[in-house]
Amino acid sequence: MTATVRYTDVEVGTEIPARTFAVDRADLVRYAGASGDFNPIHWRESVAKAVGLPDVIAHGMFTMAQGGRFVTDWTGDPGAVVDYGVRFSSPVVVPDEGGATLEISGRVEAKLDDNQVVVALTARSNDQKVLTRAKAVVRLA
Amino acid sequence: MALNRDFLGRSFPPSEPYEVSRVKIREFADAIGDANPVYRDPEAAKAVGHPDVIAPPTFPIIVSLLDPGLADPDLGLDYSMVVHGAQQFAYTRPLRAGDVITTVTTITEIKSIGGNEKLTIETDVRTVEGELVCKSTNTIVEREAK
Repeated sequence: MTATVRYTDVEVGTEIPARTFAVDRADLVRYAGASGDFNPIHWRESVAKAVGLPDVIAHGMFTMAQGGRFVTDWTGDPGAVVDYGVRFSSPVVVPDEGGATLEISGRVEAKLDDNQVVVALTARSNDQKVLTRAKAVVRLA
Repeated sequence: MALNRDFLGRSFPPSEPYEVSRVKIREFADAIGDANPVYRDPEAAKAVGHPDVIAPPTFPIIVSLLDPGLADPDLGLDYSMVVHGAQQFAYTRPLRAGDVITTVTTITEIKSIGGNEKLTIETDVRTVEGELVCKSTNTIVEREAK
């Protein structure tokens, strides 16, 4: 487990630069297949609308996975993640044409014992906060 | 529809063993668009101290999302109205290729919020040798039919 970021090099308040991730319908179909979550609200507009959603929405776990990737690209080793949790506050709506974008940024919120830090994530799509209480505990080098 | 409160605290029987494979890890990493070599190349994984390729942090959702016990008609869960409310994983170590795992799922909360029903389940992911690899806490919300 060798993270490339050193515990001594980060402070509470250290920012992890924001990144933008694109999401389109093909991504959702691929994610449905890989994860086994074939709920049609993630790929069929008529079903999504019939249950009161504005359009097809991304799997919450797809959004959470992008947040995970954001953190593990920063730590260097995904094995450094000790705990990762989110709340899904608003769906990522993915239109047929053009898809959606997801903007993720992060900030070191706390330094814990044993070289661990808490990273708080912010994730937005279409000007909505799509994750709240999104936090990862990671063990740094 | 109100969920059956008798299910609160209920644990379902352990799942059939699931073998974590390099191919499935790569497929999942591809699907989330993550090019990290530790999900694909055993040598890259070994270089950072893992015995084989490891799985992305959200991979355990594959085995912790839908325990067949939740499909029990007596629970009354309407999957067509379900959205994911919250998810948390606490890891002892990353899952890796070669792990053979089973899960035990327990319903830990059933609560009404407005017209919605909130259901929280906890899933222990263990190797067949008994090692706890991670705990998944999953909150789903069954939205009110309108």
